[in-house]
Amino acid sequence: MSGDYRSAGIVRPQRASFAEALPLRCGATLPAFELVYETYGTLNADRSNAILVCHALNASHHVAGVYADQPDNEGWWDNMVGPGKPVDTDRFFVVGVNNLGSCFGSTGPSSINPATSRPWGSDFPIITVEDWVDGQARLADHLGIDCFAAIMGGSLGGMQALCWAIRYPDRVRDALVIAAAPNLSAQNIAFNEVARSAILTDPEFHGGHFYAKGVKPVRGLRVARMIGHITYISDAQMEEKFGRQLREGIKYSFEPEFQIESYLRYQAEKFAEYYDANTYLRITKALDYFDPALATGGDLTRALAPAKCRFLVISFTTDWRFSPARAREIVKALVDNQRDASYAEIVAPHGHDAFLLDAPQYHAVVRIYLARAAERAGG
Amino acid sequence: MSFSTRADFSTIAGWIAPNARVLDLGCGDGSLFAYLRESRGAVGYGIEIDDKGVLASISNGVNVIQSNLESGLAGFDDQSFDSVILSQTLQAMRHTEQIVLEMLRVGREAIVTFPNFGHWSHRMQVLRGRMPVSASLPYQWYNTPNIHLCTVADFDAFCAERGFRVLERVVLHEAQPVRMFPNLLGSLAIYRFRRG
Repeated sequence: MSGDYRSAGIVRPQRASFAEALPLRCGATLPAFELVYETYGTLNADRSNAILVCHALNASHHVAGVYADQPDNEGWWDNMVGPGKPVDTDRFFVVGVNNLGSCFGSTGPSSINPATSRPWGSDFPIITVEDWVDGQARLADHLGIDCFAAIMGGSLGGMQALCWAIRYPDRVRDALVIAAAPNLSAQNIAFNEVARSAILTDPEFHGGHFYAKGVKPVRGLRVARMIGHITYISDAQMEEKFGRQLREGIKYSFEPEFQIESYLRYQAEKFAEYYDANTYLRITKALDYFDPALATGGDLTRALAPAKCRFLVISFTTDWRFSPARAREIVKALVDNQRDASYAEIVAPHGHDAFLLDAPQYHAVVRIYLARAAERAGG
Repeated sequence: MSFSTRADFSTIAGWIAPNARVLDLGCGDGSLFAYLRESRGAVGYGIEIDDKGVLASISNGVNVIQSNLESGLAGFDDQSFDSVILSQTLQAMRHTEQIVLEMLRVGREAIVTFPNFGHWSHRMQVLRGRMPVSASLPYQWYNTPNIHLCTVADFDAFCAERGFRVLERVVLHEAQPVRMFPNLLGSLAIYRFRRG
């Protein structure tokens, strides 16, 4: 976010429609679907300089730049992606895509179900990381990209990059797996279950068909966001930022008195305004189900055997949601498979959220790695 | 592409089989690994703890894994590399014996290089009552990273006691092999050894 960085500037979301049905892992099929995406930079003549950026839980296709009518609505990874930035759009053609089941324009629970002409709601199928990746592959076809120079993402986005490497080994040359894990721990799933319970038990959830009633389970969404938010920050960072600071002194009440309470409430409020409860349920489920080693009896090495690309794995020292130890499991599986892989463990105080911030070593590693990747490709 | 070459690089390269799987512990900027890749077609990884080293290794196109050697080589399976190299790092390690055992667990062969504390100039300085400072030990006692210095004779004894079989030993001074009185005239020792 230094002033000498240029921005991707004014960007515009685009929409791709896919008439061919998409079979999903849960057994259901999406009859037809749409994906909203944005691109930055220019696709070169041999279509070899494309980078796909996969988003995490609450983000979208809006990775970088701003909208003409919303000059403050900066993309969620604007510090990473843009001209002269670590993911340099002067060199690469970057694609940001909104995943299936999301609530930012791609087909999801709030879209119209062609079978009923009403919003899908709870009838929208459960989507997995594999389904997202299959949908993204359709978008790649649509854009004429046979093989991505790189596919990258943080957190759940990193899991998608990993999934791509396994599922479409010939369609990706480099995978950047950041602040991710090979699957969720019991503790991770537990946090997700608390979040889902908050939504599912909100009286305004109405079994997921709340759109027609003109209400939203905002209370559930708020609690879900609060629990999530706590896990994205390190204990130390929360202590430093808030400590036991009070807003106006102790009042012996249930009003938000500590700064951390008021911060959480603010974050939750903001989130519940724009986010869809059915999407939240599905994205946390996609996280829970992600486990490439399930098919190989828990053997991650065998699960990663089909991958051919180079890997850059990055973790952050204070990330307790997806800890360095989990990233090292991925690294070990890659080493066992004798894949080209590098691993950087970034010292950062921020916890899981560090992947969205701009620790100098973190950005330098991504910048140099991608510059090297471009050199190899002769770009 | 040119890489800075240290005196021990060409000796080590001579001990690496073509296209060998190599793990370079404490790989620094990756220049040794890059040299082995260019000269021998070596494949594998460097391990480095320092942020700058990790960046430089990536920049040199070397697979680098950021990790602390002091906690061992848990991320690597038994006998999964042809050669495991520890170049001029042994003397700065806390768990010296443990890392050597780990090298022989992970690799079929170990290659270790270290500055020879037994070099005559070091002995002279100790006789004069001072800690040695030289081209191979360029630190003062108060700022040196070296905490486990040893002589060629010490390392020979260590290998003998542990039952390691020394396959080759070269001792250099100013990049030239020293054949007479290596523990007195050599400043850099290079060993290739395996389990006995």
